[in-house]
Amino acid sequence: MYYIEYIVFVIINLTVNKHRLGEMNMSFQEKKIIVSLCTTVLIFILYTINVFQTYQDRSLDPTETFKFWAAAILILIPIAIVAKLIIHIIFSIINTIATKEKEPKFADELDKLIGLKALRNSHFVFVLGFLLSISSLVLDMSPSVMFIILFFSGFLSEVAGNVTQLYMYRRGV
Amino acid sequence: MGKSLVSNNIRKLRFNHNEMTQQQLADQVGVTRQTIVAIENEKYSPTLELAFRIALVFSLPLEEIFSFAEKT
Repeated sequence: MYYIEYIVFVIINLTVNKHRLGEMNMSFQEKKIIVSLCTTVLIFILYTINVFQTYQDRSLDPTETFKFWAAAILILIPIAIVAKLIIHIIFSIINTIATKEKEPKFADELDKLIGLKALRNSHFVFVLGFLLSISSLVLDMSPSVMFIILFFSGFLSEVAGNVTQLYMYRRGV
Repeated sequence: MGKSLVSNNIRKLRFNHNEMTQQQLADQVGVTRQTIVAIENEKYSPTLELAFRIALVFSLPLEEIFSFAEKT
């Protein structure tokens, strides 16, 4: 439960601390991206620790290794979606109470443009990770290495997308 | 990225139009306040459609609101 407390703490710090807000003059979109970034990092760290502990506890044969890593990646997707949804709702509520600023109901041309550029960078990072992962098979490494690289490239692509969005909202398109 | 080559005087025009707020202008042209902030700070060049919408709000031709400064 510590990580939920931490996320709520980050959200409160981003929204309630008006002095810091005044200095940084952050928009709703920027705060949302920072919360999303923190959530991604936290979910990934916790889930990775959990998966690696399970992996070390079991002695898997080659066929089970594939099944284990495939399941680990597939389970992460719904967990990440649900966790992000819950945290986004908590953030919206706290932000509305603290700043009286309402969440934009639509994405306009700037949001769409930044979203597309972030998606492009995110895909680029993931493709690099994918190429690296299949290169590990060519170099006779174990299938686990391929899955671990794939796992990390998924995380890094998400971070790259968020960082791109944040950078473009702050520095311009 | 950074400063756009398209400059504008939206901030001044807003002030001259009964001190219109960024949110009011954003609502009239159908974008978020963040986009108006980015345009005013010259961090984003609006699409032609949005530029025309802004011009319509101020009842001015496009070139009186936006100007293009080529790099030398």
